[in-house]
Amino acid sequence: MKKRYWLFVPLLIFVVLAFLLWQGLGRDPSHRDSALLEKPFPAFSLTTLENDERTVDASLLEGQVTLVNVWGEWCPTCKREMPQLLTLAERGVHLVGVDYKDTRDKGQGFLEEFGNPFALNIFDPEGSLGFDLGVYGAPESFIVDARGNIRYHHTGYITPEDVEDVILPEIRRWQ
Amino acid sequence: MAVTPKALMRALIAAVAILLAATAGADDLHRFDDPALQARYSELIATLRCPKCENQAIGDSGSPIAGDMRTHVARALRRGDSDDDIRQAMVERFGDYVLYRPRLEWRTVALWAGPGVGVLLGLAAIAAVIRSRRDERAEALDDDEQQRLDTLLSRHQGNDDQDRSHQ
Repeated sequence: MKKRYWLFVPLLIFVVLAFLLWQGLGRDPSHRDSALLEKPFPAFSLTTLENDERTVDASLLEGQVTLVNVWGEWCPTCKREMPQLLTLAERGVHLVGVDYKDTRDKGQGFLEEFGNPFALNIFDPEGSLGFDLGVYGAPESFIVDARGNIRYHHTGYITPEDVEDVILPEIRRWQ
Repeated sequence: MAVTPKALMRALIAAVAILLAATAGADDLHRFDDPALQARYSELIATLRCPKCENQAIGDSGSPIAGDMRTHVARALRRGDSDDDIRQAMVERFGDYVLYRPRLEWRTVALWAGPGVGVLLGLAAIAAVIRSRRDERAEALDDDEQQRLDTLLSRHQGNDDQDRSHQ
């Protein structure tokens, strides 16, 4: 009666499908795999927020592991994220900001009000660098290694827990 | 609090107003003089997916990133880029997520071939069942069974002849 085993095939298929679909339920639908991992930081040529006569490019990020944070004065979550970024700066992380789709006055005012953890801020009023980075909403953060390659992409807000649990281990990993 | 028709009407008007406000963001669509370019533009913005929104094409979405992507598509079309170049540029930035129609690659093979393989497996299963039933029927009868069958058949045949003779 060996053919009786075939009767369990539909059950098996059901169990496998149910498991896969059940796993899918627990996934965060807003999660995206970053397209830029392992790739060089996109080329750009923009002024700094601090000085409209100083132009910087991607070579700025070579030489040390950097956390690049994309923010804007218009972005409420960025304000909530600043304490975490200040903590990271205190812990010795090299931070570079990208002031995304902002005006110079507002961007500078934001840093005066909420503190400035950044070694430097790239001023990106048109959002062109943000677009090349695949940013679809601030805040977003990238870890760039000493050779200028993107190693980690954090979409959304860095929570206080993320500082110890995610960001610092990732920074150490690429140092 | 009872729901009066007036309150219901007010709620309905509010809902319509919210819907109108939500779609108003998508009005900064680009226009082309060349109808061929316009058609390609419409096709592209209908098949590229907005990365911010869970399930809207960039042509339907009012989110700022969708607007930036439409501008990028329009600029690239005016520059003479092909549709594939434009899609590729979006994938390089935002990942495969932006394509509503996934490309055929090694990691999407299961996605594309899965339904076909499923149908084939189903057909194979049906064929196997039919064949096994046919084999069952063809199983040889032992002598007793054969004898019973013969009597039954001959009796049946006799009835048939009788039926015919009545006509």
